[in-house]
Amino acid sequence: MKMSNFEIVAREDFSDVTYLLEVRHPLMAKAAKPGQFVIVMLNEHSERIPLTIADFDRRKGTVTMVVQAVGKTTMQMQQECLVGTALFGMVGPMGHPSQTSRAKKVACVGGGLGVAPIFPQARGFKESGAYVIAILGFRNRDLVFWEDKFRACCDELILCTNDGSAGIKGMITDGIKLALARHSDIEEVVSIGPPVMMKACAEATRAAKIKTMVSVNPIMVDGTGMCGGCRVKVGGQVKFACVDGPDFDGHQVDFDDLMSRLQRFTAAEREAKDRWSESCRMTKQIGPGVSPRGSPEIESRSELLDLLNDAKGG
Amino acid sequence: MAKKKTIRSIPQERTPMREQAPQARAKNFEEVACGYGLEEALRESERCLMCPDEPCISGCPVGINIPAFILKITEKNFRGAYDILTDTNLLPSVCGRVCPQENQCEGVCTVGESLEAVAIGRLERFVGDAAIREGWTNIPYIEPNRFKVGIVGSGPAGMACAADMAKAGCDVTVYEAFHQAGGVLKYGIPDFRLPNEVIDAEIDNLKKLGVKFECNTLVGRLFTIDQMIGEMGFHAVFVGVGAGYPTMLGIPGDSLNGVLSANELLTRCNLMRAKEFPDYDTPLPMGKRVAVVGAGNTAMDATRVSLRLGAEKVYCIYRRSRTEAPARAEEVHHAEQEGVEFHWLTNPASILDDGKGGVLGMRCVRMELGEPDSSGRRRPVPIAGSEFDFAADLVVYAIGTNANPIMGQTSSLKLNKRGYIDVDENLAASVAGVFAGGDIVTGAATVIEAMGAGRKAARSMKAYLGIRDAGLPYLNRSGTGAGTLFGIDTRERNFARVRVA
Repeated sequence: MKMSNFEIVAREDFSDVTYLLEVRHPLMAKAAKPGQFVIVMLNEHSERIPLTIADFDRRKGTVTMVVQAVGKTTMQMQQECLVGTALFGMVGPMGHPSQTSRAKKVACVGGGLGVAPIFPQARGFKESGAYVIAILGFRNRDLVFWEDKFRACCDELILCTNDGSAGIKGMITDGIKLALARHSDIEEVVSIGPPVMMKACAEATRAAKIKTMVSVNPIMVDGTGMCGGCRVKVGGQVKFACVDGPDFDGHQVDFDDLMSRLQRFTAAEREAKDRWSESCRMTKQIGPGVSPRGSPEIESRSELLDLLNDAKGG
Repeated sequence: MAKKKTIRSIPQERTPMREQAPQARAKNFEEVACGYGLEEALRESERCLMCPDEPCISGCPVGINIPAFILKITEKNFRGAYDILTDTNLLPSVCGRVCPQENQCEGVCTVGESLEAVAIGRLERFVGDAAIREGWTNIPYIEPNRFKVGIVGSGPAGMACAADMAKAGCDVTVYEAFHQAGGVLKYGIPDFRLPNEVIDAEIDNLKKLGVKFECNTLVGRLFTIDQMIGEMGFHAVFVGVGAGYPTMLGIPGDSLNGVLSANELLTRCNLMRAKEFPDYDTPLPMGKRVAVVGAGNTAMDATRVSLRLGAEKVYCIYRRSRTEAPARAEEVHHAEQEGVEFHWLTNPASILDDGKGGVLGMRCVRMELGEPDSSGRRRPVPIAGSEFDFAADLVVYAIGTNANPIMGQTSSLKLNKRGYIDVDENLAASVAGVFAGGDIVTGAATVIEAMGAGRKAARSMKAYLGIRDAGLPYLNRSGTGAGTLFGIDTRERNFARVRVA
């Protein structure tokens, strides 16, 4: 019985840097719950990278992740993960599922890439009968995705963009303030996004003492509690995000520590990305037939390169 | 009949094993100990007295018939020696390298009472490596039965259990969370002690027995133990998931970016091949001055890996003295030869911050030994006013592990107070049909102990399933080992139980 060969059955590009991958894995689709994550490997030489499960379809037997091309591996995945290809490995679902509490009114806050994994949570709350307010933040209109999906399952949607090109102009915290002003009875906030956003979100609800859950995504290797790389400080205690989390009480998480630990491999990450971008550029100049390790798609997709360079440091 | 050997007639000196020179090997990941050649193996095999007591057999956790395999070496019948080894030990190449023989077979060797003990481990490795080189495998005739057995974890405990159950005719599937099978042998033990080719050869042997490996499978989360026993139709399950969950010191500076567990360092380096960055994508934290805390085998591996990755200085910090160090003597010796600086009776007090989230150094306190503690070892106590600082940019914790929580979180298995799986004397867990062994039962231990537990669990599992250990004659091409049994209690051959359990 082969579990899955990790075939990519659908892909959608939300922007120059954000893309969705839907992978066939019937057993995992059956087991997955909101809040859990997977670790994927693109090929035998790749890193193991943790990605939050953005959606799963038990009927189709697929699991969906939304990825942002920010480093070498995610940029390479953007080039190579086309429909019909397969990942080298995908393991999960990992971590504790999110506890969908019995709160009657909740705000589900997603920023940037965090918009994807907040979706199954919003849907989960809706299914358990809560009034769900979705607060989504993007840098600009071009980066917006899944607005329709959220509108279909939430009672209210507050869209924020930094430049005001869609929804209200402002940060995600402006959206939270708006929601808190409209509703004095929000019992719980769930927030997924970059650490700096989750920190701001936790600060925004601290005074009102509204329960605020966040989903952390630190650097990890195995995802099974064995390496300790993903340790985070929660309420003064050391927790491993992979087996103790990834959801924690946002008011207890030491976000500064989390953000600092995300910088562990900055130099190596930059080196890998530069080297990879350079090898792509070389391929483009020399022409087909000399693509780096196992990526025949690179030549035909070389028009992407300029975009990728723009995404550096993004 | 050869003349009876006496302690005076055997070669007096233990045959040394060739090693890479410390200076050279500290710069590469090639194996340190090169292994015996033919002449060396023959000479060392002559040192076994073939004494009637055979204390070595009971000293071995899996009860290898040591004098018998050594006798075959003296007869230059290496295939015969391999057949005897594989009667009881699945992985001679692995165990010959990583077993702490000085505390086991060699520790009780009769020769060792007056001279240095027979180098049993080196001889075992010699035979195991010959088998890999020559492509020998012992595949018994297996009569399939209707039982389906699931093994959770592909480390030494799981592999040993899988082999025995496959040989008994069961349909065995091994689940592994990582993308490669082998468990700690792959992610933990570095190449210079145990090359990956050796592990892969042993895993191939298992596949030849019909064992299926399913990697990328996190049991507990993808499906549970209860589901395995229920809807997935497994008749029995063995849980050998290892200890995992590394301990941190809990001192100021623990979460600085230059502080990591030995598990993380070793996994990045060994399994993810970060030492070959950027050809492999996984990065490694590089340190010029590395301090490794702890003095077990994992700590020794971490110090020696750090040297090979290019550290200029590697310190080993341990709060007790050398006598209490849990690492094998040979490992400490190797590390010392390669230039690791040992600081015995030294305890970390805090990790010093460089102001940029990284490590500047370490503050330690000198210790002295006081009264014996619960472990029977003298308790180290700090010497007042002996604090001192030294410069370091990477700190590696190798101070042990706690129980991995995933099984407890996802199954109804009863755990003990420390979070390890609670089992009875037959390694049966609290759910019918589920057995457990290795580090997830005992806490961190050795490879051979885990293998011993895997085999013990297999015996219990067979009893539980009602499988009688009937004889399984070899399909033996060499003809030398005909009639021997592959890992089956020889008292129970030929369908006739001589002794009723």
